[in-house]
Amino acid sequence: MSTEPVTVLEARNLVKQYPGVLAVNGVSFTVPEGTCFGLLGPNGAGKTTTVEIIEGVTRATSGEVYYCGEIAGDRFRQESGIQFQNTALQDHITVRETLEMFQALYERHADLEHVIAQCSLGELLDRDNRKLSGGQRQRLLLAVALVNRPRLVFLDEPTTGLDPQARRNFWTLVQRIRDDGATIVLTTHYMDEAQILCDDIAIMDEGKIISQGAPAKLLFDRYGDTLVNLPRGEVRRPNLEDLFLDLTGHLLRA
Amino acid sequence: MLRRIYAIFLARNREFIRDRASLSWNLILPVALVFGLSFAFDGQRDEFTVGVLQQAEEVDAATHPFFATPYIDFVTYQDLDAAMVKVERHQLDLLVDPGPPLRYWVNPESAKGYFAELALKQSVAARNGTLVKQQITGEPIRYSDWVLPGILGMNMMFSCLFGVGYVIVRYRKNGFLKRLRATPLSAFEFIAAQVASRMVLIMLITSFVFAGTHLLLDTRMEGSYATLFLVGLVGAISMISLGLIVSARVTSEELAGGLLNLINWPMMMLSGVWFSLEGAGESLQALSKIFPLTHVLDAARAVTLDGATFLDIAPSLAALVVQSALFLVIGSAIFRWEQY
Repeated sequence: MSTEPVTVLEARNLVKQYPGVLAVNGVSFTVPEGTCFGLLGPNGAGKTTTVEIIEGVTRATSGEVYYCGEIAGDRFRQESGIQFQNTALQDHITVRETLEMFQALYERHADLEHVIAQCSLGELLDRDNRKLSGGQRQRLLLAVALVNRPRLVFLDEPTTGLDPQARRNFWTLVQRIRDDGATIVLTTHYMDEAQILCDDIAIMDEGKIISQGAPAKLLFDRYGDTLVNLPRGEVRRPNLEDLFLDLTGHLLRA
Repeated sequence: MLRRIYAIFLARNREFIRDRASLSWNLILPVALVFGLSFAFDGQRDEFTVGVLQQAEEVDAATHPFFATPYIDFVTYQDLDAAMVKVERHQLDLLVDPGPPLRYWVNPESAKGYFAELALKQSVAARNGTLVKQQITGEPIRYSDWVLPGILGMNMMFSCLFGVGYVIVRYRKNGFLKRLRATPLSAFEFIAAQVASRMVLIMLITSFVFAGTHLLLDTRMEGSYATLFLVGLVGAISMISLGLIVSARVTSEELAGGLLNLINWPMMMLSGVWFSLEGAGESLQALSKIFPLTHVLDAARAVTLDGATFLDIAPSLAALVVQSALFLVIGSAIFRWEQY
């Protein structure tokens, strides 16, 4: 019997051309089931556009997206969960009502109480969406992405703007979701986040993938046993941030 | 599909009902307007209005000295029965058929009719002409009777256009529409939920305000409540659909507000909310028919003031149904979830 993991998601040669800007330029990758795939890149690299094409909220100029071997369509919408970078929720609606509304939009249902416990929302169920802190809000948006028991979860810069405690808490949540069997596609600016959570990463710049593979392998391929000298005579191993800066440069991005 | 529509419908209703400021405004504004106008204008029509039975549109002051009387507004009528109803309701102070012989109709219960009759007799006496007098009796239609459908219609117009158009633009701008797009919800289901939600809310509000003012001011109601409800229902759908067209692509609340006002103001001024367009030119009257509110008010006043039946107002309802279908098709065809 073959033990080859199932490819849940495949992006084939995605291109997105806006007037005067080639935002995504021939991006291809595959994501095996049960893994966490990280899409990294500086601001304006095209990672959010790439993910939004895959999610079906932005139309590609060309290229295809396959979900479990078939063109992503109705089944993909039913079986995927998405946490966008910036999403407003309805005013005057409570956390529980928000979760119930989103759950009613799907044929597949997760056990809502399990999702609430998983995302630590038990104390907030009767609170108005407007009255949530940044971390609470991100946990609610993650819970919204889980109400349909998704096989594939997209997290677009989920920890941007959170304090260190909230970030660590969020990482634990993501690890739990993966342990439950879901496949995760994560976009992030934080290299430590990618290094901890991702099995595979792709680094994008100027609309293209410029490096792809397991974080440890990419680091070894690039640096071998090289050590980094720190100012006070200390040394350390190169990390993902070093690799990222080596590949994408030190210039500020818009 | 119905489960998804119901989920969005329910959430939108909760959002609106819990927004106390919006809800209060929707209830208080029309009530305050009806009571204020009733207090200010009931029985206080300053101008004398005299109907003239003739084919020509304009009354020629040279044909009879009475028609040169200052401070009287002469309005022409071709239909004697319709004009007599106006005299019966004190909406016309006098109705004159130039003849010969010159005939006139007056309501003996109308104070202004009494003085208009004196002016007519004086002008005829100067020419030694003959007059044929006929009397019509009937209770006056107060301004509050006449303006109540107008204010309710105006409130419905604002609520439907802004409550749907503005809200969808806000959803699009803040990314909520994008989030919904990533679910199995279709554009049709989303639009259907928005239409249904606003329709239910505005019908509840309108019914509540109508019942309250009707009870407190004893406003006129000659026809059937069911027929009036049907007029409101079809009118609401039509105006919600118009709001959907504005919101279909716009991403800026400022632009949406401007476009909605561009529709609201001409519709409010030309649909007969505050004053009748009977004396206006034919072209203006024809132009007013492009607005759903005109058909709503024509039908609603026909029911409340004239006791019109479903068949009587069928042309207005048909116009509203056609407009709704047209607006919905256009709105659905150009609808976009995202900002770009």
